[in-house]
Amino acid sequence: MTLRDVQKVLGARVLTGEESLDQVVVSSACGSDMMSDVLAFSKDHSILLTGLCNPQVIRTAELLDIVCLIFVRGKKPDETIIQMAKERGIIVMETGHRMFSSCGMLYQAGLHGGAI
Amino acid sequence: MNDAIVLKYQISPDDFTRAGEASSDVKGKLKQLGISPEAVRKVAIAMYEGEINMVIHANGGEIVVEITPAEIKMVLADVGPGIPDVEKAMKAGYSTAPDEVRNLGFGAGMGLPNMKKYTDDMKIETTIGVGTTITMLVKL
Repeated sequence: MTLRDVQKVLGARVLTGEESLDQVVVSSACGSDMMSDVLAFSKDHSILLTGLCNPQVIRTAELLDIVCLIFVRGKKPDETIIQMAKERGIIVMETGHRMFSSCGMLYQAGLHGGAI
Repeated sequence: MNDAIVLKYQISPDDFTRAGEASSDVKGKLKQLGISPEAVRKVAIAMYEGEINMVIHANGGEIVVEITPAEIKMVLADVGPGIPDVEKAMKAGYSTAPDEVRNLGFGAGMGLPNMKKYTDDMKIETTIGVGTTITMLVKL
């Protein structure tokens, strides 16, 4: 599915990267508030869903080549975080849905967690 | 060896928002050098965990990265408190990080295990009250 599909499924608001949503195709995602766990277990994921809202989320995404960050539970990253994402070409969205629901909705729509 | 590239970084102790800048810089440089994406990923993750540890536990320090055609060597040296029980610290899930660090998304007890997982060799030299030096190798 494309990131446009992801955005629609979650009813998400795009904070940066709107222009790329139709082109970027994604096949797997991971969800965590612990960046250490993302670093430990993430393998070729294109999307990270998180409720953690600090610059280390962008750093983690950058180091793992994650193309899209989705902040769940209505968490709103500040301008510094959005700017950091912009500079690194990372797409950022925000949804009011909670972590469990967001993951479930995407899973049901065909996005999976990838190999363990 | 005249074909080694050496990169040096001072890690600032009190600025959590900047933690990871060195790792991110190294990642960019390795990519430019045409190092394989798999090796770049390993180095980036291992060094980032180490860098975060230096900020959280050790009042910063210095990271030296040496790149040769055969391998990438990372030496992370700090003058922090030292690791009292290395065996315990290597266990996945064991953490001494305070709650405020956990609130920042770290301190899951995955730092050292991750560093070992993503490198081909890792050596920890630590002395209580003197500091810790971690040497990691990723073969190319």
